[in-house]
Amino acid sequence: MAEVLLTAAVQGAELRLAGAGAWVAHNARQLEAEIEEAARRYRAAGRVAIDMGRVERLDTFGAWLLERLVRGLAARGAAAEIVGLKEEHRALIEVVHAVSAERVRAPRGGRLAEALAAIGASIAAVGGYVGNFVAMLGAFMAALARLAVHPRAFRFTATVHQLDNVAWRAVPIILLITFLIGCIVAQQGIFHFRKFGAEIYVVDMVGILVLREIGVLIVSIMVAGRSGSAYTAELGTMKMREEIDALRTMGFEPIEVLVVPRIVALVIGVPILTFLGSMAALYGGGLVAWLYGGIAPDIFLSRLREAITLETFEVGMIKAPFMALVIGVVACVAGLNVKGSAESLGLQTTASVVESIFLVIVLDGLFAIFFASIGM
Amino acid sequence: MATDGHGEVVIAVRGLTVGFGDHIVLDAVDLDVYRGEVLGFVGGSGAGKSVLLRTIIGLLPRRAGTVRVFGVDPVAADQATRRAVERRWGVLFQQGALFSSLTVRENLQFPVRENLRLSPRLMDELAVAKLQMVGLDASVLDKFPSELSGGMTKRVALARALALDPEIVFLDEPTSGLDPIGAADFDALIATLQRTLGLTVFMVTHDLDSLYTVCDRIAVLADRKVIATGTMASMLASDHPWLRAYFHGKRSRAAASAPAPPTVVQE
Repeated sequence: MAEVLLTAAVQGAELRLAGAGAWVAHNARQLEAEIEEAARRYRAAGRVAIDMGRVERLDTFGAWLLERLVRGLAARGAAAEIVGLKEEHRALIEVVHAVSAERVRAPRGGRLAEALAAIGASIAAVGGYVGNFVAMLGAFMAALARLAVHPRAFRFTATVHQLDNVAWRAVPIILLITFLIGCIVAQQGIFHFRKFGAEIYVVDMVGILVLREIGVLIVSIMVAGRSGSAYTAELGTMKMREEIDALRTMGFEPIEVLVVPRIVALVIGVPILTFLGSMAALYGGGLVAWLYGGIAPDIFLSRLREAITLETFEVGMIKAPFMALVIGVVACVAGLNVKGSAESLGLQTTASVVESIFLVIVLDGLFAIFFASIGM
Repeated sequence: MATDGHGEVVIAVRGLTVGFGDHIVLDAVDLDVYRGEVLGFVGGSGAGKSVLLRTIIGLLPRRAGTVRVFGVDPVAADQATRRAVERRWGVLFQQGALFSSLTVRENLQFPVRENLRLSPRLMDELAVAKLQMVGLDASVLDKFPSELSGGMTKRVALARALALDPEIVFLDEPTSGLDPIGAADFDALIATLQRTLGLTVFMVTHDLDSLYTVCDRIAVLADRKVIATGTMASMLASDHPWLRAYFHGKRSRAAASAPAPPTVVQE
């Protein structure tokens, strides 16, 4: 680093700049500084000779800096001349000499304009998003209607394959999580109800909460994270690799081939998982009630039979396919929105999970209002 | 063996064996690449050309043998030595492997930014200079890779491979997917850059035209071995059945006649 790459000497009217050493990439920072320093100090020089005879190595970095120096001198009317250039460096100098580089800056707007543009763009994106969601829902329904007329076009194998992925393989994790949630709800209930001697009401709380709300919500959130993200990533990668275009050119409708089996599998799978999850949560609740609260299983069961009705169970199960539909549509919209880059795939997958969980909760709220108003 | 009339050996592969599971792809392969030459590496589809390339640059593990680049084994060397060797080579992947979330400018500046602390002005100018050297202009600077055509992607990827002025460039099928005119341009470009920058080029290719026009030497991979190395003339003269099939097949005749003056008369 201590090596001097450029020395300057004034001989009468002429400035002699002598290069030395390695004018290569790892010295480029130092070389740029030395060249700029020399150009600034000898601003008045009318004639400049640049001696390249002692430059041992030269690469594009060094050659460009030399070219830039010569252009800078020429631009302010100084006569610049390169002397002593080694033969093996000449070709590179000529190539660089042909480069017409004014600096092209990265485009940049003002701060305020950028901020306003970002706000506008995100509002427009929300609008576009609602449009895409409705369009996908419509395309899915239209595809179902077509399949109702031509049932043989339904992709049974693909649907079973998806069902295997989203439902069957999800059973262990869903059972585990809902079991734990049931345990926690029961433990918390007993702990607080015990203060006023109302432990037995824990059975009511666990039964109603699990069957009406928690079972379907936990399962939907798990499925959105587990299968919704997978759908988005699969469809997004297929979009990036032009597989979806390929399908289309072969005369297949991507909605029928890719989207319908996935959403149908979710609509079948989520209610099954909700049922299994609710049972696991009740089991967990009963276990904790017995071990921690001292409520024997037969008491728990008979109390449960009084606390819940078939309606309680139905409310949870009716919601499940709608949750599945929302998750599936959001995931497929996001997947087909992926643009060419890896970053876009990541963004869309995140968006898919966040939006489907958000919509699942909003939908659950709407259902609560609906069931309350019809007295269920 | 260090010099046998060719100059310095920059890549020395000795007894290299690579396999996946039970399948041996390369079996005790020996290969030398000399400084300043363009080596064309050919072989049937699936013969393991790309595997050898990827093993040399340390992306694939090997079962046995050594690879020395500039006299250093990059896999066995410590982190710092390995980084130093990696800075002296550039790789053009078959699909370009441009970072899809970065613009062309950011792609070109990425290796520079990570390795050298240069002023933004110099980096911008060098990005334009490199683009012009590969036959593009500044208008693509702020495009994303997904907005580029196949030929442009290859050129930008080559510019990125050259970003740090490497001494060796590895090209994995540089002309595949280009039209014949684009491929010929690309060959000429590689030849020009090789001359001006003094590059050593290791080129995996299927393109007979590239082999005729830019390669100084050809190495042939067949039956898990390098079965021949030498000039185009020696390949054409060989009696080996695979070489005869490859270089004297139907598709090779047009390429073989290429150096002759064109016979088509233009009105």
